[in-house]
Parts: sequence; structure tokens; C-alpha cells
Amino acid sequence: MEKIKVVHYINQFFANIGGEEKAGYEPEYRPGAVGPGKAFLADFGNDAEIIGTVICGDTYFNQNMEEAKKTILRMVRDAGPDLVICGPAFHAGRYGIACGCVASAVKRELEIPAITGMYEENPGVDMFKKDLYIIATKASAAGMRAAVKAMASFGLRVARGEKIGTSAQEGYIPNGIRVNFFEEKRGSERAVAMLIKKMAGEAFTTEFPMPDFDRVEPNPAVKDLSKAKLALVTSGGIVPKGNPDHIESSSASKFGEYDIDGVYDLTEETYETAHGGYDPLYANADADRVLPVDILREFEQEAKIGSLYNRFYTTVGNGTAVAKAKEYAAEIGRRLLAANVDAVILTST
Amino acid sequence: MKLELGNVPIRDIQFGVESKIVGDVLYINRKELQDMLAADQALKSVALELAKPGDRTRIMPVKDVIEPRVKVRGNGGVFPGAVSKVSLVGSGRTNVLKGAAVVTTGKVVGFQEGLIDMAGAGAEYTPFSKLNNLVLVCEPAEGINQYEHEKALRLAGLKTATYLGELAKEIESKDVAVYQTYGMKEGIEKFPDLKRVGYVLMLQSQGLMHDTYVYGVDMKQSLTTIINPTEIMDGAIVSGNCVSACDKNTTYHHQNNPVIADLFKEQGKNLNFVCVIITNETVYLADKERSSDWTAKLANLLDLDGVIISQEGFGNPDTDLIMNCKKLEGYGIDTVIITDEYAGRDGASQSLADGDPKADAVITSGNANELIQLEPMDKVIGHARAADMISGGFDGSLKGNGSILVELQAITGATNELGFNKLSAR
Repeated sequence: MEKIKVVHYINQFFANIGGEEKAGYEPEYRPGAVGPGKAFLADFGNDAEIIGTVICGDTYFNQNMEEAKKTILRMVRDAGPDLVICGPAFHAGRYGIACGCVASAVKRELEIPAITGMYEENPGVDMFKKDLYIIATKASAAGMRAAVKAMASFGLRVARGEKIGTSAQEGYIPNGIRVNFFEEKRGSERAVAMLIKKMAGEAFTTEFPMPDFDRVEPNPAVKDLSKAKLALVTSGGIVPKGNPDHIESSSASKFGEYDIDGVYDLTEETYETAHGGYDPLYANADADRVLPVDILREFEQEAKIGSLYNRFYTTVGNGTAVAKAKEYAAEIGRRLLAANVDAVILTST
Repeated sequence: MKLELGNVPIRDIQFGVESKIVGDVLYINRKELQDMLAADQALKSVALELAKPGDRTRIMPVKDVIEPRVKVRGNGGVFPGAVSKVSLVGSGRTNVLKGAAVVTTGKVVGFQEGLIDMAGAGAEYTPFSKLNNLVLVCEPAEGINQYEHEKALRLAGLKTATYLGELAKEIESKDVAVYQTYGMKEGIEKFPDLKRVGYVLMLQSQGLMHDTYVYGVDMKQSLTTIINPTEIMDGAIVSGNCVSACDKNTTYHHQNNPVIADLFKEQGKNLNFVCVIITNETVYLADKERSSDWTAKLANLLDLDGVIISQEGFGNPDTDLIMNCKKLEGYGIDTVIITDEYAGRDGASQSLADGDPKADAVITSGNANELIQLEPMDKVIGHARAADMISGGFDGSLKGNGSILVELQAITGATNELGFNKLSAR
């Protein structure tokens, strides 16, 4: 049987080029195995060979992502492998992001199977676990031997198109995709065993980790609205007509900040929604339905509120990852505080 | 309380001139039983069929599955309040026709009925493919409403199981298991060093044919209460449910509750199994709050250290599940919950409708949305067309050649939340 052809991606450090001082190293393709690639070769035996290694400095990759990705994809395409293995990156953040980025681009754009390996807290995990199989590794290169062993055998199975089981069976980081399988013991027996461990204070592993909840306690009520400066923030996608910043209809990559100085009513001619997750008809006909500028202007005139802040912030909640939403919220919050805003009305859809 | 369960193994089931058990074969006088059931005016017709392990047979739509049992000694009779008079059960001796079951089918009552394949890929997912089933095909009389229809089917199944159980009344079982629980003080004295453990059994009781009966009482009318596990083995809890097949607890599941069985296995070794708390799953918030308050309060009054909580159904009852869990943990009582998942056909969606960080010990019975292709069978007992209307099925589920593409949801007992099966997900 013909050997599976593998291209390996590593950074400047693991290629023995140098540490931080060489992190600006530009992508280079070398035939054969380099650094940890030799350990992979040992585990592959006669099943696979490393036809080439792509080396790139972590700083170069992260500062020139698009350019680096393009160059690396070209190198991989020219080599024509059956499988691409990136890393393992352990806990190295920029290396992890590079590995995730290269592997997912290879998968998506070249349609070649690709895997990587990282420590569970590497920032690359959250960014790429849904796109990729990321084998869980130790935090440091002391775990190289075990990581290579797991990645080598798993990688070959992926390359052969074998049926991949659950994260618990295969050792990849849970990617949020739930897969059925038959356990060795029935559920009730597992429940009793888990309860005995829990009551004894021993470690146990839940079969379904609850999603991470980030529940925020509301602030106390505003004492005197007639003196308060209010702002409007929405995830309902209300933008000036034409969506000048091109906020995406789903999985928004940004938020917008727009001036409403002198705006008393959002009309069909002036505003619309960028949101792709609900019927936009009513929001487009009258965007005040989602972002109530008209009512707040009335309240402002009647002195029911102190004032309405002259900018509003907007993004699209539809399919937008929690991590992104948190990032936008932190920045919007910073700007609202700087503008001495007392209270915010958050509207969704 | 002490109950002895005497197994009477049944390895084959046949129609014969006389209803009787000879060795491990159950013979049924078809006409006698048919006449008994046809006496119910709510039923237009009752036909009896057999479905054995390995038969290329599909039963659908399945309403309930019941295990034939009979009281040999001790107070009361099986299915108290439904078939037998209301009288406390759970002590003495009960014989079980192990390996046999009664399955009810006929014109679909609600949309949410399931199917049992006795062979092929689907058979792997339902425990009932391993049993010798007597199938009652009951067609309703003209003009009766769906509630009368449901009740007629429920009673036909229970009466048949009782009829078959009676055949084992005089048999001296060679395989007897003993289940014993103790009073508060007695238990503490007997197992002074063991953690006190309870079982919170949530019963589907949302109404509109999502009903469970306890000693004949509709559980949605009841406050949360306690019951001895051995009472459940005598049929104190029966299903009146027309709810998604994969995770509804049939009467058979209640009679053979696996959490109870596995807690008894650890009784006196790693824990002290105190009792079962039964609570309902209702639709109104006030009822949910009250029922979960009472669950936690009773567990606290009983000085429990830990509980297992099992759910029935999904979606709305997820809120009852999480309320029970949160409130119990609030008293410092350790919990493990058993549920199943609705993570979408691709497994990528959020699995539960509610959640809480306190629910940190979860057993999952699998993703009910996963699709399965069921091959054509040689024989269909019941109505094949139901494939397009049952939960888990969809318009076009039933193919021209008789094969069916459905979600696991449609298979009776596939993702049972009592932890009856080995199916799980990660």
C-alpha cells in the first residue's frame, strides 16, 4: 500500500531556527521532516511519510496573517499531501493560532484533511475547535511524546476517511458536536457510580458539560431618570441606510457607532436593519421599533429623562459567537463610560 | 419494606388451546383473551399478534409496553388503582414473566407514538426487540374521543398483562431477588457510615395525554410525594403517555426502573438507599415552583446526602429538571441528573432548553435528533403510514420500499432517561 503523504507545519522555534528573536521568520518549505517531524516519522512506521515541512515564525504569521496564509497554502498545494499536521502548539498562543489558522484553511480551501494539537487553554482552541480536530495535549513540550503519538495515529485515521468517534473516545478537544455511541454500562449504572464519586468528593467527568453561563446581575435602578444621560445599544442590527460599515447579517465581525445628533425619528429612508435572523420588514419600515430613538427624544423634550446620548452602538446578534459579543461589549462599555453615560437601554430583536 | 421478585423466564410465546406456561414457553388462548378485551365498548376490534426477537417485524405506532407480573404473596394486586383495587403494594412476593411483554398498538392516539423493530438496525436501539411480545392491535369504536381512546388502550394493555401474569401465580420461581428498604431510624442504625441516597423520579404529567398515574391518581393532581421503590415494582406507576417515544417511560420501564435496580445493588455497600421521591412535570410556572420546592424540601427532611434525578420527555420538562437540581443543590444535596439531548441532526445545537452551572454531573442517553435509516421489514403490525406523523418522523419518512428514515426520537425507548440503555453522546 502506498504511504500516506504528510506535510507538517511548525514554527521557527521547533525548527531550531531560534526563539523570540527569530519569530519574524518568513514561511519556508523544506523537503522531509524537521524537528518534531522526526518523532512523527517514528510513529508513522511504514504507513506514512513526511514529504515536506512548512516553517513560519509566529510573529510573522500573526502580523501578516493573510499574506502568510496565502504563501503557506501555495506551498502545501504544490506539495500535494494527503494530510497536513500542524504543531503540536501546546500552550503557545500565537503558535496555536497559526496552527489552527493553517489547518482550517487547508481543510476549507484545499479540501485536504488537516489536524492540530494544543493545550486546552491555548487561545487557538476556542477559535478553531469547531472547524478542526484539535488533539488535547499537555501545556508544555514535555508532553511532546504523548502528543505526537496521539496525533500521528489519529491523523492517519482522518486521512483514511475512517469513522471518527466522540471526543471522549478519540482524545480531541470537544468541538460542540454531539455524537452518539454505545457506552459499556447502562446510564443508570453510570449515574449511581457518578453520584458515589460526587458524594465522596472524588473527581468525576460529566457527560454533558453545561454551556458556560455568563450571567450578569443588573445594576440597581437609576434613582432619578430626569437627570440621567441615556444611551441606546442594540444587537438588532439597526444601521444607517446602506449599512456603511457592512456589518454582517450573521456572525458579525464588528459593531457600529453612529451619530444621532438632531435625529428625532428613524425612517424607512434613513435607517434599516442588517440583521439576517428575523423578518426585517417591520424594522426596515420603522427602525424605532428596534431602536426607540423617537420615544426617547420625546422623553428628552418632556424632561422625563436628562438626555439621550448622541451616539448609538449596534451589531448583529444573529449567529455571533459569545466571545465576539463580549469583546464588543467591553469596548462599547469603555466608550459609554468615557462619555459619562449613566444608563443604557439594550434592545435585541 | 421487603419485596421478593421471582423471575419466571419466558423464552418463547405461542398461541395455543389453553393459556398457560409450560417450561419457558408462554401459550395464549387467542380467542379467550380477545373476547375479554373486546368487552370494552370503546374498542371496535382487538387483534392479537406475536413479535419475537429476530422476527423481521415492525410494530407501529406503539402506545405502551407492559411486563406481566402477579402478586404471589403479600398485600394488594398488580397495577393498584388501575386494574387491582387500591391497596398498598410493594411487599411479599411478586412473580415476573421475564422475557415477555404486552405491546399496545392500533390507530394512532396522538402524534407522538413510536415504533419497535424486532430486527435490523433499529432493533439495537430499543430494549423491546429482545422480548417475546404479545401485540394488541386495538381499533377504537366510532365516535369516541381521543381521551377515551387513550384510556381504552391503556386498560387493554394492563388487563392483558394481568391476565398473563396470573398464569405464573402458582409457579415456584428458582430465581428470586430480594429488595428491602428501611425506615429512617432503622436505616441510620443499620448503615451508620453510609451516605443517605434518594431517587427523584420525575413523571410526565403535562396533561393533554401526557399523563402518568400513581395508584390510579393522575400525577399532575398530586403534590410531590415519597414512595417505596418496591411499590413501583408492583405496578404502582403506570404510563398513560402519548409523548415522544424515545424518552417516554413505558409502564415496562417503571416496573423495571434501572435507577432503582442499580441503587439496590449498592445498598449497604456504598450507600443507604432511602426512598424514591416522585414529582410531576407540569406546564404552569407556579406548579413547577411548588413541585420543585417540595422535591428539595422532602429530600432535606429525609436528610439525604445525594440524589439521582431522572427526567421524562424534553424541552419544557428541562425547566423542571433544572429547578429540581438547583434547589436540591441549594440544600447541599449532591445531584446527578439523567437526561437525553436534542442537539439537532448534525449534533451542533444546544442540547437542553434549560441549564445551570449547578448541574455539573449529567448522564446523557444520547442525541434523539440523530437520523437512522430503518430497513424494510417483512411484516408491519399496526399502521405503517404512521411513520410520516410520529415525532421524529416527517413527511416522506416512509419510502416506497417500506424503509423508513427517522430521527431516533421515533424509536420506543431509544434515549430513555431512566438510564435504561447504553446509548450516550459526547
